[in-house]
Amino acid sequence: MRRSLLMSATILVGGTAPALANDELMGLMDDPKQWVIQTGDYANTRFSELDQINRENVGDLQVAWTFSTGVLRGHEGGPLVVGNMMYVHTPFPNMVYALDLSDEGKIVWKYEPQQDPNVIAVMCCDTVNRGVAYANNTVFMHQADTTVVALDAMTGEVKWSVKNGDPAKGETNTATVLPVKDMIIVGISGGEYGVRGHVTAYDMATGEQRWRAYSTGPDAEMLVDPQATTHLGEPIGADSSLNSWEGDQWQIGGGTTWGWYSYDPELDLIYYGTGNPSTWNPSQRPGDNKWSMTLMARDPDDGMAKWFYQKTPHDEWDYDGVNENILVDQEIDGQMRPLLVNFDRNGFAYTMDRATGELLIAEKYDPAVNWATEVNMDPNSDQYGRPQVVAEFSTRAQGEDTNTTGICPAALGSKDQQPASFSPRTGLFYVPTNHVCMDYEPFRVSYTAGQPYVGATLSMYPAPDSHGGMGNFIAWDARTGEIKWSLPEQFSVWSGALSTAGDVVFYGTLEGYLKAVDAETGEELYRFKTPSGVIGNVMTYEHEGKQYVAVLSGVGGWAGIGLAAGLTNPNEGLGAVGGYASLSQYTALGGQLTVFTLPD
Amino acid sequence: MTRIPRRTGLGLALLVLTAPAGWSQDNAEPTAVEPTAAETAAAPEAGAGSGTEATPASGDPNIVAVSEEDGRYFTADGIPTYNIAADGTVDWPTYSGFRRYHAECHVCHGPDGEGSSYAPALKHSAVRLDYYDFYGIVAGGRQNVDAGHTNVMPAFGTNANVMCYLDDIYVYLKARGTEALPRGRPAQREDKSDAIAEAENGCLGT
Repeated sequence: MRRSLLMSATILVGGTAPALANDELMGLMDDPKQWVIQTGDYANTRFSELDQINRENVGDLQVAWTFSTGVLRGHEGGPLVVGNMMYVHTPFPNMVYALDLSDEGKIVWKYEPQQDPNVIAVMCCDTVNRGVAYANNTVFMHQADTTVVALDAMTGEVKWSVKNGDPAKGETNTATVLPVKDMIIVGISGGEYGVRGHVTAYDMATGEQRWRAYSTGPDAEMLVDPQATTHLGEPIGADSSLNSWEGDQWQIGGGTTWGWYSYDPELDLIYYGTGNPSTWNPSQRPGDNKWSMTLMARDPDDGMAKWFYQKTPHDEWDYDGVNENILVDQEIDGQMRPLLVNFDRNGFAYTMDRATGELLIAEKYDPAVNWATEVNMDPNSDQYGRPQVVAEFSTRAQGEDTNTTGICPAALGSKDQQPASFSPRTGLFYVPTNHVCMDYEPFRVSYTAGQPYVGATLSMYPAPDSHGGMGNFIAWDARTGEIKWSLPEQFSVWSGALSTAGDVVFYGTLEGYLKAVDAETGEELYRFKTPSGVIGNVMTYEHEGKQYVAVLSGVGGWAGIGLAAGLTNPNEGLGAVGGYASLSQYTALGGQLTVFTLPD
Repeated sequence: MTRIPRRTGLGLALLVLTAPAGWSQDNAEPTAVEPTAAETAAAPEAGAGSGTEATPASGDPNIVAVSEEDGRYFTADGIPTYNIAADGTVDWPTYSGFRRYHAECHVCHGPDGEGSSYAPALKHSAVRLDYYDFYGIVAGGRQNVDAGHTNVMPAFGTNANVMCYLDDIYVYLKARGTEALPRGRPAQREDKSDAIAEAENGCLGT
């Protein structure tokens, strides 16, 4: 069945009750012809049932049409398709285009907000935006200046807007929003500005705030119940965050929430992760710095936390814990379990029971990872669930003003926000990764509101004694915690993956390639070089009987900043300088959507 | 005040090298700090093996250090500059600038002053721009926003982590811009002088 927007709108006219709205949205997500939220589905699998393009014919893929966004900045996220409409967003100034796929992509409407350009100055690492979300005939955009805006999907007219943060304090936004029931769930950026992270729910119809849960601070403001909220099965206890900081440092303690959100409608829980504690100098903030670097499960109705898991207590490396949480049901030790799989910046892939927050597996998904030997899996140990940090790579143990060298992964993590994909057909996860290590020298900094609050000097370089490249694209089995195959890449893979029922996995590269590989073997089946480096996420849809694959090009983000000039390894002496590839030799700024299909 | 042992020798060497370019007279201007040109002119034996020989811009009056005070180096016009010895030892401010650059500037301008997809290569800006213009842009910010650009440089004027180290960042970027300093962490450095440490504490209010 091909849904049209007209039909969707008709359903909505009669359905204002929250439950109906949710059913309508979930119905759209279940239709593989459409792609209605950034992650494809609530589970964040980025898997499509479409199989017209498959591993037998993907080699014949051709460019069907292209669209310039008019912006030359890092293009993260991707387009949505709802009925015959495609929604394309841009980095700052955060324009949204509605294109009619039934009318040669004609621009039906365009939204261009007026934002104070001063917000650019407080955006760490480029003006990226990871896209819009659709629900209830509305397109939701969370702008750089933290304005959340609801646009009529048919006309682009602003239904409501609300300010979620204060850029004067360094609060900005790069993330998408997640529509759940009759609310949208919204995060915040600014961990490098000492922003105190929070997640907020707004009424989908009015923009009225329903609840806000901070990542740090008093229990009441974190929306936790000291007895009912658990950490690895134990109650977190009273004042769990306050007790883990010195004085009132939690107020500028980070734990921002700029990553991806997932939702399990049956358990009725939303999942997300919190970012690094501020500053990057660990000596300045003794303690576990709760609840930065934490996986959180919350009730969407009132925001109350069901369980937490702090992946990197007292971060010493900027391993933000915000990466996507992929919800799958798989068999472990002969038992079907509701799983949550998370590829953390810190280089460990966590397999958890998403109902209880039990830690099942924690294994390195890049063999280069060296900052910790393992995650303690013994429930009887006082170290249970904690990474076993290697003193040589501990920037806290080495101390302020000491350059700790050879830490793997680098601050950008074994994987950053670029989301992985899961195929239920192979049971495997397809993960874009970084293969980069670093030297890290922390030093004392002072806090000024709205100013960077970093406090460390970093040098990054490709993982030593490896293939010389800065990335891998891997297939991962979360039931065993093992890499099935690994494709070396010259640069970090900063593009979100897509897997399909055609047993093809797609991803983009920083040079600008869209690549298609065999989901079983990893064999490359197709590549096409788009006009600029790809840091966007690949999506697919069907229109008038044909399957299409689409991806945004536009190099930038942390990758464009860190890799444009190439990396050097200070530990290899001066002779090695310039020995690594410079991204600027392969691509330049751009902003384009490229849509692929099979020839008729 | 603690004096760096090699201080006098270095100052001599620099001045001897630059003297043929005709700058020795100007060095006596009020902006110059000791040792003065007159003093150094009498000590030619310090000339050979000086670090400035490795500097491609060794004749550039905007680059060449002619004087030194408490571990900081200055051009004839009294503008801060770097000093790199023949064995690669950098002055403390250049080393400090490397650290501060990679904490405060790197997230937009890329590693080693090389520029990025987001912001220009500051190693060129530091050489191209007048010192006072450079200072003003960092303190006050800059905007270039139109149909084709969305470049916004924040104002760091109230940020002690930047402003207390701006001379350091400036001389580091100058060293990068002339390629006197290769990419990466400087291998050897002079120690921090007591005067620099004292000024740092005063500036940070610690």
